[in-house]
Amino acid sequence: MSAPFFKYGLFGEETSLIVAFAIGIGFGFFLERAGFGSARKLVSQFYLDDLAVFKVMFTAIVTAMLGVTYLAWLGWLDLSLVYKTPTYWVAQLVGGLVLGAGFVVGGYCPGTSVAAAATGRLDGLSYLLGVGAGTLLFAGAFPAIKGLYYAGEMGVQTLPGVLHLPYGLVVFAVVLMAVGGFAGATWVEHRRAATHEEE
Amino acid sequence: MATVAQPLEVARDTAAPRTRTGKAYMNPYLAGVGLGLVLLAAFVVMGRGLGASGAFSAAVAWGLSFVAPAYVRSNEYLGPYLDGGAHPLKAWLVFEVVGVFTGALLSGLLAHRVRRTVEKGPRISSRGRLAFAFAGGGLMAIGADLARGCTSGQALSGGAVLNLGSWIFMMCVFGGAYLVAPLLRRQWR
Repeated sequence: MSAPFFKYGLFGEETSLIVAFAIGIGFGFFLERAGFGSARKLVSQFYLDDLAVFKVMFTAIVTAMLGVTYLAWLGWLDLSLVYKTPTYWVAQLVGGLVLGAGFVVGGYCPGTSVAAAATGRLDGLSYLLGVGAGTLLFAGAFPAIKGLYYAGEMGVQTLPGVLHLPYGLVVFAVVLMAVGGFAGATWVEHRRAATHEEE
Repeated sequence: MATVAQPLEVARDTAAPRTRTGKAYMNPYLAGVGLGLVLLAAFVVMGRGLGASGAFSAAVAWGLSFVAPAYVRSNEYLGPYLDGGAHPLKAWLVFEVVGVFTGALLSGLLAHRVRRTVEKGPRISSRGRLAFAFAGGGLMAIGADLARGCTSGQALSGGAVLNLGSWIFMMCVFGGAYLVAPLLRRQWR
């Protein structure tokens, strides 16, 4: 078995669009299942009442990370053929902060707003219109912010690469961090629930 | 609340435990495993992760090309979406996002969670909430364009393959959100 299948030419561009649609269905299905079509559920993460965003996200990261790692060890998946976005650390740091602020202002991130709109949330629809407006604004201002867009260029970099640690060790550390995070998240939720009862 | 839609409520009461708006949400760890397996499938089949924001940039480039084609072509950020001869919407992420809409609708219908509503806290008007949603979408687009991806493409997909920029981005998303959350309490609590 040689994966990624598409990179080994098992199917062409046209078929890849059908695959995109199928994968999207799975993505949207589980986003909605988790409750991520609801802005109130999503932002509860940032008021510490319900940490499902963290739990779902890190469970997904750990699941996919372990899958990719084991398949690569078995020699079935060539990890170097899996696309990685180049690092521009300054642009990604600033972009992350702006996006995080937008998450609480708008109540969604781009993917979850689609799930919200699909299930009748008018605020999800309004959010999507805002995304269009923001994109226009960004494109218009691009000549002025080009410096920031390319700031901190480092090429394609991985955590094991920059930390000079074995891949498996970083994977193990992420798993430990996630499990510790889950325990901490549940503890915070219980504490919050207890304080709400006292009020 | 008990007076609203009585017959329907009775008919659905035999279903699994549910919240006011439909069935209860899935256990977060179970949903996370499901999401992770979808992401793994994308890596194995396509050699790429999931995404969302890129599809909106393509859609904006396409839409604007009817109004101001010369502007889009000369724009350094949107121009590339029109290059290459293919239709700008005939792109992997666009088809994937159409799938996200379909999958979410399917899940929502199965759980009786599809209904026209505005998600908001008790202290803000619907109109105010829609304005905040619009502004938040705008901020999010700027952040995602700057970071070359959003929560899906960067944090989730890049996070799973231990991409450095994705982890920097993810930490900053949580940081930025926790920083502004106290200022926006009125909208949600």
